[in-house]
Amino acid sequence: MKVKPWLLFLPSLVLVLFNAFLPICTVISYSLHNYFPSVPPEFLGLEQYRRLLSDPDFLGSLLRGLLFSIECMMIEIPLGLGIALALPKKGWAGGVSLALIAIPLVIPWMTVGLMWRLITQQVVGPMPFFFSKLGIAFDMSKSVHAFQTVVLMDVWHWTPLVILLMSAGLTALPEEFYEAARIDGARSWRMFRYVTLPGLKSPLLVLLLLRFIDTFKIYDEVWVLTSGGPADTTSFLSIFTVRLGIGAFNLGYGSAVSLTFLYVVLTVCFVLMIVMTKGRGLNE
Amino acid sequence: MKRRKKIVFAIIVVLYLIFTLFPFYWMINTALKPKAEITRHLTFYPHKFTIENFQKAFNNPMYTRALLNSLSIACGSVVLCLAVGIWAAYTFSRHRFLGDKHFFFWLITNRMAPAAVFVIPYFMIYSTLHLFDKIVGVVLAHSLFNLPLTIWLLVGFMNAVPRDLDEAAFVDGYTFVGFFGKIFMPVIAPGIGVTAFFLFIFSWSELLLGSVLTASSSKPVTVALLQNVSMFGVEWGLVAAVSFLAVLPGIVFVAFVRKYIARGFLVG
Repeated sequence: MKVKPWLLFLPSLVLVLFNAFLPICTVISYSLHNYFPSVPPEFLGLEQYRRLLSDPDFLGSLLRGLLFSIECMMIEIPLGLGIALALPKKGWAGGVSLALIAIPLVIPWMTVGLMWRLITQQVVGPMPFFFSKLGIAFDMSKSVHAFQTVVLMDVWHWTPLVILLMSAGLTALPEEFYEAARIDGARSWRMFRYVTLPGLKSPLLVLLLLRFIDTFKIYDEVWVLTSGGPADTTSFLSIFTVRLGIGAFNLGYGSAVSLTFLYVVLTVCFVLMIVMTKGRGLNE
Repeated sequence: MKRRKKIVFAIIVVLYLIFTLFPFYWMINTALKPKAEITRHLTFYPHKFTIENFQKAFNNPMYTRALLNSLSIACGSVVLCLAVGIWAAYTFSRHRFLGDKHFFFWLITNRMAPAAVFVIPYFMIYSTLHLFDKIVGVVLAHSLFNLPLTIWLLVGFMNAVPRDLDEAAFVDGYTFVGFFGKIFMPVIAPGIGVTAFFLFIFSWSELLLGSVLTASSSKPVTVALLQNVSMFGVEWGLVAAVSFLAVLPGIVFVAFVRKYIARGFLVG
């Protein structure tokens, strides 16, 4: 057994134990108890997990979250791929466009929510104005409008990541493939279908999983834009969990929800890691 | 045919760019309007141009404090995660040891795990340890996602350095510390810079843990902004001005490390 690698790894290990392992142990213990601050906890066993499976609020936010994730991915991935294909391959224009496109990724997520609140404001915001030109009375207090606006916000926020990864993937495709296809007389659509798309398989898979995890755990920008409303239509699992824990101080039940939430995300994460290590990793 | 395709592509890209940049424009537009103009009617550019919102932001001790807090937290997170993570990254890059793959996976899952899951235990643990509402506490909490990111990014950069370099240095009689400081660090310095940028941006942007672990004196700017928009009668001009300041580091970041952005988000 070698000592040096362990010695170098030790500081990180200590930090991770404190920041991840200890909290998870705490959550597991809380989730088995009826736990409110300043009340002696009462052991419940798996009772709270049973409750969770028939809790309409939990199931509702889980389903809404899934719906939200699926809708976002169905828009973002084709849109991102399309923009990546449309970007100029050579010259400065492509680089500058990519830099501008990337900006939404690196700003605080809550300011994304703020910006969208500014543009969706009644009377003084531009979005109700544009929609009124189309004959639609846009109103964030209608649940469909609120939900679709959150989707649009996520599309605005995260399609840039799809574009970045896709255009990286596109530049990595060897030019010879296209030459060969051209010699065979392939037209644009067939070229895309049989050369480009298979070549992008591994970044596409990675993106699907990443986008699923990120949309599924969305919190900051939705909280700022809608606070989960109107009538819980945009209340996803993160919002539900935080409300239970820090809003209602139901630490026991909130912990059971947290763990279930974590379990779902980690399962997807596990699949992601397998895909990333098996396929040609993008980090190489 | 070829030409027409080019023009269609250019139009698509330009439309998308307008879509991306419009919310930013609107934020700046709002920040540069007087209050009366913001609340009364829709104007697509400031009819009465003013910088009073920015003046107000800089004269409001709550916001200047919050901006300073965010700066200290983000710098603290960069220093802590680099100081701790660089050794682990070297280990993962150069050594095979018992359970290395499992540890690496575990670290990455920390990066993926929803922050909401950690809200309850962090609140309890940090309160017990008297780390509540302390800059140090938030810095420590941010390493939950920033430490895995550090290791992930640095391993990538270190793997690009041939191992012969290490061996040659040890043959030349360098000690580990000497080799690391004099030879290895200068080689991976650009990688460390890029990593530091990422750590700064993610810590600066974080909201949820920051809001749970602070009350007043160490509130970061994201939390201060959040509290102000939940209040009745939001002063949107001021909020837009502060948001603009909160967005600035990101814009600077893009200008400097655009090439690496995709890599940093693969684990984010």
